[in-house]
Amino acid sequence: MAAIGADVHGKATVLDLAKQSLREVNSVLHGDAAQLASKHLLVLNPAGHHSVAVGMNAPAHVEIQGHAGYYAAGMNRQAEITIHGNAGCGVAENMMSGIVRVCGNASTCAGASAHGGLLVIDGDASSRCGISLKGADIVVGGSVGHMSGFMAQAGRLVVCGDAGTGLGDSLYEAVIYVRGQLFELGADAQEEPMTDDDIRQLADLLNRTQLKHDPQEFKRVASARTLYHWNADAAQEY
Amino acid sequence: MFTAVAVEPPREAAFRLLKSNAMCGIVGLLAKSERVQQELGRWLTPMFTCMAARGPDSGGLAVFHDPVDVPWRRYSVYANDRQYDWSSIETSLHNDWNGDGGNGDSGNGARLRSIENHAVVTVALDREPFENWLGQIDATLHLLSAGRSMEVYKDQGEPADIARRYQFTSLTGSHGVGHTRMATESAVTPAHSHPFTAGEDFCLVHNGSLSNPYMLRRMLERHGLRFDTDNDTEAACRYIEWRLQSGVDLDGALQLAFRDLDGFYTLLMATDRQLTLVRDAFACKPAVVAETDEYVAVGSEFRSLAHLPGIDEAHLFEPAPEEIYSWQL
Repeated sequence: MAAIGADVHGKATVLDLAKQSLREVNSVLHGDAAQLASKHLLVLNPAGHHSVAVGMNAPAHVEIQGHAGYYAAGMNRQAEITIHGNAGCGVAENMMSGIVRVCGNASTCAGASAHGGLLVIDGDASSRCGISLKGADIVVGGSVGHMSGFMAQAGRLVVCGDAGTGLGDSLYEAVIYVRGQLFELGADAQEEPMTDDDIRQLADLLNRTQLKHDPQEFKRVASARTLYHWNADAAQEY
Repeated sequence: MFTAVAVEPPREAAFRLLKSNAMCGIVGLLAKSERVQQELGRWLTPMFTCMAARGPDSGGLAVFHDPVDVPWRRYSVYANDRQYDWSSIETSLHNDWNGDGGNGDSGNGARLRSIENHAVVTVALDREPFENWLGQIDATLHLLSAGRSMEVYKDQGEPADIARRYQFTSLTGSHGVGHTRMATESAVTPAHSHPFTAGEDFCLVHNGSLSNPYMLRRMLERHGLRFDTDNDTEAACRYIEWRLQSGVDLDGALQLAFRDLDGFYTLLMATDRQLTLVRDAFACKPAVVAETDEYVAVGSEFRSLAHLPGIDEAHLFEPAPEEIYSWQL
């Protein structure tokens, strides 16, 4: 796969939220997939508008030039979307495929329940990053807030900084890698030794995101699977 | 007390509420420069009206400016009638209190400045005698705020309409806080709208909902406090001000509030000297802070700050759970 942010040749289509309504902008982004393929689209003046570039389903390159509001790039399929600023709650929530990159920080619930694709956050992510993750990969260059990876079912969450309290609470089969400090882990989350396979997968992910870290520096957090089966003798633990 | 009939949220609003997250919008702006002080209302009003998207049923603003000298006080007074005739109040004020002499904030003697159903009264009277006097003149009037710096405007209705009615854009001052409400736990009335105030020069706006406001109320009522509404935010406001009265500072009061308040909250508070922001332990309710050399701006969402001059160079951050963020004047 090509590195993110690779040059896209050709003239960009400019969409301006200071002059066009959100619906107008998003309807262009929802155009025919074959015609949008490999197109370069710029979204100017996002100014914290919600739902910018949600529901895309075309292999286009979209650059959002500023801070986005809630749900930016939500439900993305195929598109490569770069946010040159911060993102509000739920960036790339329920993403199915494609790549979303946030050059700044992301608010709460980044990548919530995302099924596929790759979400990269260069800065920090707030609480509940990757909540209910269902198969996507999330790589955070900075730290994540409390309750990140809550009930994450599949996929990988990579944190190059520190992870807040309650990490991986009620985790299913998603795996979390943390380079920095681990605080109190969530219920049923446990630190495990890194395997060769972990190192290989992590090296590949870091390479794709152009974040230069040594995979050996990361810790692995995964489910202890003690909550998978009801234990009538430990009802107070639930 | 307010005497307006409590209006339940209309069916359409209730439906909208079911479809969306329970929300309110909060905004605040503290001026670090003379320029921002002079243009406080012009900068703060778009923040406020933008957040109407989060809270379309009521709105209010508290602004702090030009403190009057002791023993003078500034009182914000609310009338239920939008076309209320303030002239008889003004006449009584001059007849009863002008003999005191001394200087208020815009000339000599006690005075009243009104805009529609809100009036700001400046008089050399403590709160209790003022309330007694006001009650004798017209018992339907309600005291919104007391202090030396603060004045408050709030009402039921579209925030943009409220901003226009009370000419928020023309307000000047050192700092202000605003709130747009989407009611979730008590009725939509002028009295239930924010900011809430308690004591003097203390106000609070809240996004979220408390689950133990009645416990707080019962405790505070045993200590002799009285409430204007059944609203959860009023309980939080009076609780914190009650702690301040006991001698702790706002940081100390908030440490106790973290223990005693149960529920979801982002609270933005202002006194005559500071602006203070906290979020609950789970940080369920949003807040974004933008700080520059000229101002500190707080909004529920970034989009309420996007228009501010210098925002591209501002230090932007989300406050962490159970951290106290205070900015002194």
